[in-house]
Parts: sequence; C-alpha cells; structure tokens
Amino acid sequence: MEKILVVDDERDIQTLFEQRFRKEIKSGELEFVFAFSGEDALAYMENHESEAVLILSDINMPGMSGLELLRHLKKKYEKPPPIVMMITAYGDNENYSQAMQLGADDFLTKPVDFSSLKEKLKAKFV
Amino acid sequence: MFKIIVDFFVPAQNDKSAEYQRRVRLVAYAIVVTMVFALFYVAASWVAGYFTGLSIMLGSWIGYLILLFLLKQGLNVFKVANIFGLIGIISIYGSIYFSGGFESPVLPWLASTPIVLLLIAGKKSGYFWAIVAVLIVLSFGLMDYLGLQFPKAYYESKEDYFTLSCQTGLVLIIFFISIVFENLRVKAFNQVTEQKNALETTLSELKAAQAQLIQSEKMASLGELTAGIAHEIQNPLNFVNNFAEVSNELIDEMKDEMAAGNMQLATEIADDVKQNLDKINHHGKRADSIVKGMLQHSRSSSGVKEPTDINALADEYLRLSYHGLRAKDKSFNVTLKTDFDENIGKLSVVPQDLGRVILNLLTNAFYAVNDKKKLNIEGFEPVVAVSTKKTGNKVEIKVSDNGNGIPQSLLGKIFQPFFTTKPTGEGTGLGLSMSYDIITIGHNGELKVETTEGVGTVFSIHLPV
Repeated sequence: MEKILVVDDERDIQTLFEQRFRKEIKSGELEFVFAFSGEDALAYMENHESEAVLILSDINMPGMSGLELLRHLKKKYEKPPPIVMMITAYGDNENYSQAMQLGADDFLTKPVDFSSLKEKLKAKFV
Repeated sequence: MFKIIVDFFVPAQNDKSAEYQRRVRLVAYAIVVTMVFALFYVAASWVAGYFTGLSIMLGSWIGYLILLFLLKQGLNVFKVANIFGLIGIISIYGSIYFSGGFESPVLPWLASTPIVLLLIAGKKSGYFWAIVAVLIVLSFGLMDYLGLQFPKAYYESKEDYFTLSCQTGLVLIIFFISIVFENLRVKAFNQVTEQKNALETTLSELKAAQAQLIQSEKMASLGELTAGIAHEIQNPLNFVNNFAEVSNELIDEMKDEMAAGNMQLATEIADDVKQNLDKINHHGKRADSIVKGMLQHSRSSSGVKEPTDINALADEYLRLSYHGLRAKDKSFNVTLKTDFDENIGKLSVVPQDLGRVILNLLTNAFYAVNDKKKLNIEGFEPVVAVSTKKTGNKVEIKVSDNGNGIPQSLLGKIFQPFFTTKPTGEGTGLGLSMSYDIITIGHNGELKVETTEGVGTVFSIHLPV
C-alpha cells in the first residue's frame, strides 16, 4: 500500500485530512500517515523506508523546518526519491525557489485548496 | 531717587548668577542709605557741637563713596560688603570713644553693623561682625571698669538732642536697610515662583510628550507584530473554514444515510460533525485570543498584576515577532530554540507590560542576528533562544541571540531613553529603557545583559516569585 506522509506541526491537520479524504481512505485509494515535526518525519522514513512515496510537508515548523526536511529526504533517499510537495503560508519567491532548488516536486500555498490537491494526488497515483 | 543712584553703581554682570546680582543691588542700597544717614549724622553733630564725630563721619562718607565706585568696577560683592562693615564699625567706634565711651548715646549703633551685614552679606559675615561688635562693647565696659575717662566732645547742653537723634537714626537706618532687603527678597521670591510655574508647565508638556512617545512606541511594536498576527490568525481561520466545509459535506452524507435507514452510520457521521464543531470552536477561540492579545498590546496597560503563564506568554510573543519579521523580510530566517521550565507555575505580573518587554528583547535579538547574517560569515546559522528557569524564589526569562553582540563602549547607554543604533526612523530608542522601567519599577525585578562582541548577547529578566 502506498502511503502519503503529511508533516505539519498543527495536530488537527490529521483530523482534517482524514475527513477531507474520507472517501478515498475508505475506498483504499489513498492512505495517510502523519508526523508532527520534521524530526518525526525523518524517524518515520527511517523505520518505514519506501513505504511512503509521497510526502506533503509544511515549511514553517518549530525545530527542523520543512526545507531542511526536504534536503535530508532528497539526499538520503536517492533511489527512488520520494515525491515531496511543500505547503506554506508564505508563498514568496524566496521560499519557492529554495524549495525548488532543493528538489521539491510541487509547491502549494495555504489555505490549501483540497479539491485541487485531491486531483494532484489522484494524478500521481492513478 | 535711590534707585537711580543704585542703578548707576550696580554694574551689569550678566555672567553672574541672579542671586549674586540681587546681592550687589542690596549692598549698593545699604551703602547709599547709610551715606544719607551719615549726612544726617553730620548735621546732628554740627548742631550738637560734636566736631570730632562730624569729621569721622565725613571721612567714612568718602570711604563709602570710594567703595561704591569699587563696586561699580566689579569688586567682589562680599569684599565690598565687609569693607563697608569695617568702615562702619571703625567710624562707630570713633564716635563712641569721643562722645563718652561706655556711656555714649552712639553705643547702640554697634548693633547696626552685624544686623546689616547679616542681611546684605549673609550669615558668616553676620556672625563675624556680631562677635566684633560684642568685643567692642566688652572693651568699652572694661575700659570703664578700669576707670578710664572718655572724652565727651559735644556740647553738654545738647546731650538730650544728641541722644535723641542718635537713637532715632539707629532705629530708622536698620528699618530702611531691612525694607530694602525685604523688597529684594520678595522680588527674588516672585522670580523663583515665576520660574517654578514655567518649569511646571514645561514638565507637564514633557509628560504629555512622554505619554505620546510611549503610545507611539507601542504602536511601532504593534506594527512589527501585525504581519505575525495575520499569519497566526490565518492558521486557525483555515481550520475553521475547512472543518465548516467538511461538516457541510458530512451533513449531506448523514441525510443520505438517514434516508437509507442506516441509523448506525448516520450516528457515526453525527459524531464526526460534533467533533468538527468542537474543532471549529477551538480554532475560533484561538484566533479570538490572538486578536485579544493584540488589542491588549495596543491598549494602555491596566497596570494590574494577574497570575500569568510566563511560558505561554513568551511562546506567544516569540511566534508573533518571528512571523512579523518573517513577513516583512522574506529572506529572514532564524532557528528558534525554546527551553521552558514547566515548574514555573503562574507568576503575578502585568501581562501586557511583560509581553512588551519580551517582544522588545526578541525584536532586538532578531535584528542582531539579521545584521550579522548580512556580513555573509561562512557557516553562520542565526539562532534566537528563549528560556525560562525557576531558581530559588526567582524566575529567570532569558532571550539570547548569536548576533554581533554589543560593543563595551555602548553597553552603558543601552538602557538610556532615545539611545538607538538603528538607522533614523527604524528605532525609537525607547524599547530597552521602557523595558528596564517595566521590570525594575513595575515588577521589582532585574534586567541584565551579558554580551560578547561577535559571539552574541543574552538579556535576562529576573522576577521575584
């Protein structure tokens, strides 16, 4: 089963994703796991290598930032590199170009448009 | 009349203090009044046939005139006053000696010198001439006791007249010189009152300006916060919107399930909706408290201490100020570190005030690391840390940065009002001075700074529990 790892320091993001994607989860189209910090996300990847194929990460988090996580991920998991999508409230050029330079596959700004995210996720998996 | 003469002899000494100039006028008046009385005395001596006294008095009159010119030349007023005292007492001594010594009607005049000198030259001169006068009285007494015969160089027949004019003259001269003294004293007092009123007006204007500055300082820091606040509100608002939308969909599903008779599923969805409403409520309250915090920050401080969670307060301002700066300067990035002691409990503080201090220290810390970052030092990672710790009966809140530090030469000035190293228009220079007052005066605490140039700065707030 291919999993999507969602990384955000806001814990309610879990409930929100589970409800927003309830149909997809129920039907088994998508499966989500959650980490609440960059460090947690790295630890999860350590233990469940190659399980998560898509990572959706917030950038502004206390401790390890999303960009740092991105750098670690892209360096460590070269083959096959997981798809990493960055989400941030700051949709500025600096953040965007930095994310792209580090190898992000997509760049979304908050508030997240769930229907377009749904499209994107389905496109990646189907 | 007197005034014209005095004005003539009083030099314009604008470089001297007002009190000195007052004294010069006083001495000039005293000499002029004395000279007038000396002339009366000369006339009275003429009538009484006391020609020795007349000569003495004319001699002293010339002495006084010379003295006035010396005063005009700018001779020190205390010297003039005491020479005036010396001439006076010598002429009085002479007059007494030649008009019957211990029994002379001129003897009471000895009282005039110490009194007048006390008024015009101050206490020290007063004491000195009082002692001299008493010694002279004693010496006359002793000479009398030893049986010395004093000359009595006036007409015996005019004794009553002579005594009368001497005593009247004495009463009047002391009275007139006192009047001059009193007038000048009242004038000086009025001047002081006027100055005091002017100062009071200035002071109240300054106080108003200060209040205005404090308000603008608050507004300036609020400006720094707005972007951070907007960001902080955005997150809960996103949740509110998302959970509301999802709940709407869920209700539709619930209706479908109910129509299909699946009560079990419908109940499950209802539970989810209920949970979502709780979440909406929770995030709504979160946004609410952020707005309240913002209002609290801009409002004038209530000044009321209330039990406050210091860790939460520090954390809130850390987030707000960071996001505030982050929004203003997109390239700004810094690693935030927090180390909160969970055993602090609630501390009785004025939350708006303490919040402002923390905000201020943080803004400075961010500014410092950002400044250093501009130097493009290899491997420099900006770090700003906030920590709290309880030690004994004190709570310490530390804000540290690894910026450029504060030069030793400026360290003494940082808590002074209006001192700032920021470019004009960027800093009010009031942040640290107000912080210092809030901590030391408002909370009985201490605000300390440790800094190493090139390494960083640590500000620590120490509050009594």
